[in-house]
Amino acid sequence: MNSQDQLWDVAVVGAGIAGMSAAIFAASKGLSVLHIGNGSGLVFGSGLLDVLAVHPVKDSTVHEDPWHGIELLRKDEPSNPLALVGPKAMEVAVNQIMEALGKAGMPYEPSTTNHFVPTSMGTLKGTFGVPTTMTSGAKAFENKWPTLLIEIRGLREFSAAQMVHTMGDKWPGLRFEKIEFPDSKGVFELYATHLATALETNKTRQAVIDIVRPLIGDAKAVGFPAILGLSESTAVHKAFEDALGVPVFEIPTMPTSVPGLRLKHSFEVAAAAAGVSRRVQSVVTGVKFDNDIATLTLQDATGNQEVQAKAVILATGRFMGRGLFADREKVREPLLDLFVEQPESRENWHSRDFFAKSGHAINRCGLLVDSKWRPTDAFGAVVWPRLYAVGSILARQDWMRQKSGSGLAIGTAWAAVSAMSDDFGSIGGV
Amino acid sequence: METQVLIIGGGATGTSIMRDLALRGVDCILVEQDDLNAGASGRNHGLLHSGARYVSNDHDAAVECRIEGDILKRLAGQTIQATGGYFVAVQGDDENFIADFPGHCDRAGISWKKIDLNEAFANEPAISRKAIAVYEVPDASIDPFRLSLESVAHAKALGCRLLRRSQVVAFKREGNRITSTTVRDRVTGEEREIVADQIINAAGAWAKIVAGLANIHIDMLYSKGTLLITHNRLAHRAINRLRKPSNADILMPGGTVSIIGTTSVKIDNLDDVYPSIAEVDQIVEESSAMVPDLATVRYIRAYAGVRPLVGASGGDGRSVSRGFALLGHEESGLQNFATITGGKLTTCRLMAEKAADLVCERLGVTTPCVTTSVPLPSAYEGRWTEPGHAPKAWMRSANEDDPLICECEMVSGAVIRNLYNQLVKAGDNPTFTDIGLRSRVGKGACQGAFCAVRAAAHLYQHGAFQGRKGLDQIVDFFDERWGGQHGVLWGEQLAQAELMEALHCGLFGEELK
Repeated sequence: MNSQDQLWDVAVVGAGIAGMSAAIFAASKGLSVLHIGNGSGLVFGSGLLDVLAVHPVKDSTVHEDPWHGIELLRKDEPSNPLALVGPKAMEVAVNQIMEALGKAGMPYEPSTTNHFVPTSMGTLKGTFGVPTTMTSGAKAFENKWPTLLIEIRGLREFSAAQMVHTMGDKWPGLRFEKIEFPDSKGVFELYATHLATALETNKTRQAVIDIVRPLIGDAKAVGFPAILGLSESTAVHKAFEDALGVPVFEIPTMPTSVPGLRLKHSFEVAAAAAGVSRRVQSVVTGVKFDNDIATLTLQDATGNQEVQAKAVILATGRFMGRGLFADREKVREPLLDLFVEQPESRENWHSRDFFAKSGHAINRCGLLVDSKWRPTDAFGAVVWPRLYAVGSILARQDWMRQKSGSGLAIGTAWAAVSAMSDDFGSIGGV
Repeated sequence: METQVLIIGGGATGTSIMRDLALRGVDCILVEQDDLNAGASGRNHGLLHSGARYVSNDHDAAVECRIEGDILKRLAGQTIQATGGYFVAVQGDDENFIADFPGHCDRAGISWKKIDLNEAFANEPAISRKAIAVYEVPDASIDPFRLSLESVAHAKALGCRLLRRSQVVAFKREGNRITSTTVRDRVTGEEREIVADQIINAAGAWAKIVAGLANIHIDMLYSKGTLLITHNRLAHRAINRLRKPSNADILMPGGTVSIIGTTSVKIDNLDDVYPSIAEVDQIVEESSAMVPDLATVRYIRAYAGVRPLVGASGGDGRSVSRGFALLGHEESGLQNFATITGGKLTTCRLMAEKAADLVCERLGVTTPCVTTSVPLPSAYEGRWTEPGHAPKAWMRSANEDDPLICECEMVSGAVIRNLYNQLVKAGDNPTFTDIGLRSRVGKGACQGAFCAVRAAAHLYQHGAFQGRKGLDQIVDFFDERWGGQHGVLWGEQLAQAELMEALHCGLFGEELK
């Protein structure tokens, strides 16, 4: 059946982590799901899944226990969406997504607390979900193992020397070696995706192993920029560990990153496995509601189409994702012109200091929702009974400063789908 | 340290004085509290005035601009692009003002040509279809950074010295002379004494503060002017509004971008000069009468400079022109201190000549000024501020150690490394901001979000950065650049800023350091 001839239970708009998760959760509950969006935003991900690492933002307090952080958030910011989801639901939701991604080729280390992963900037990133290709980095730092980092000539965003210089005082056994990637002579700029693909071939992988092996010395672990395979990362990573005889880890780097591409791919596989129907090339340009049915206008290269659904989940993101748009006057929600809670004027959008301790007020603007995750107007009235909003488009959070982007996306998707399926139960839709 | 002349202030005026004196064989030291062109010299339109803007209300200034503009075009051509300029009147503008314009130009000796409206629209599609008159004049664009960098390079080649980040904190006076000047290194905090026969205060808007250290009062007002940079270039020529000089009526091309400004806001102190949201809105709204696209285009940056306005009662009134003030301060009893301030970028050479004449007279140096005949040599450290130069150089000579670092402006690793090493050789501890001033790195749409990371990695890869300098420099660079970003954050550029924060705070957690 064509998507336009069917009445879908749910249409999910937006294909970041929130939209992907919502589609997977809804399909897992047996609902028919049409998912619209191309997922291009996912490639900006690092592969790490943050739940909550910093609260309060103004004090830069970093938490090892994200669930405790959410408990504190419930007291201090009770209407923060993370607080509304709560620690228990969050844990279930995030573990379910990590499991689904693992089955789809991107395994995560089972986790109960935050881990501190060394980044290419030489900072430590507090995060919850760590891909198995990256976990030894956190362990190596924690145990201060003598560790070798590999710098690759021509990979512009990554300097192992920078990490050693920046982290060296806290990690005395850290050192680096610079290598020439096989057959890259004369190539000025190397791209992580190309290297990752090249490492999926035995010959190139063996050549790199042969270059690195004599450099190991007393190192108890070896770190690479995140280039260990594109879709075969588990196998490539294992091959390196087997051949080098020490734990090997990837270091998260600038977007567009290889783990970001893996995340996109794995979410797509997981969504397909859950039975989600996807419209990758389409953009939703309009939504009309009548009593029971939402009609969405989908635009693609061939023109417009209408599809119908009993419920709509909005997961369109913030400014980068185009879920929100600001002109000089105010912030708007462009698809449905939903109410956006926001600072009074542009004067108050940003602090005068980029790294201001309290962050920027505009990052806490967004949609308000009721207890069932349905957008409301300025007075708390629901816009449409089965329109839900999830992810970073929601107000009263600051995912960039709280280090909570994935938790916000996955947790609110879980909570909204739960509320929605309860509603479906009551109207006998499923 | 000893020298014949101490120059205070490394803007267009101070650096021009340095070169002028060096060419006369006079030894000098230039001290600058921040970096070259850190004040108004680096925060303007980059317009080399034909003089046409002043013909209606200031004949002398117009003539001065014409003469000085011609000299710079002849002798410092590498810093100038002969873009030409249009003066555009739109419906509702003062018709008498429009009608008088050609006659005023004639009297000032400035060539002009009336342009048929359809031809004007064809040549500059961005101008409003409500235009009612268009005149062409020989306006040009000038790169003030290159001008100052090459003036300093020339003077240094002749033996003069530059001290950056060196702030004058005290003068020692004995009788009718300042015998010593205390200069503090703003990085290390170390102080040193400079003994000079003559001292020229060319500190621009800061001239009043510097003179105050010598107990001399200068009657000065501060006028802040804000300008906006567009994401794309909108016009080939300088586009001026044909009306009494007012807000937001000059649109200048600057390589791949355009610059629109200014405002004029009286301020009381120099500590808090930044472009306000209200000024940004005022520019966007007023400028669109002349160029309608300015209401809807993407802006990437706003910046503000301060014009020092010297009052009529200031000092001894040795005003050589209505455009600038040269004060000998004889009334204070001092015989070796002078102030030059005000003026325009276009007339910086003349200002330098007059100031240098005064101190040479006092020193008994009779060698005449030669800056009307000696060309300004092109220098390695000056050429990287020119849009398009770095990509051309890279295409000619790229190699494995020379990857592109800034993809918006196509600045390669070798340029960044060489500029960095050159400053190190001069005894500096260079920052990203220093490299930004000397190149186009970080000036594109990403505003450094990506290239700062690559630049840091590159400098570590080549052993130039040590310790935590990369992270520290990235944080300082964003803090410094943010002042010009947050005023223009709406539409696409807001999404760009969100990406920058997602990367540097969300992923790397640089705010937690």
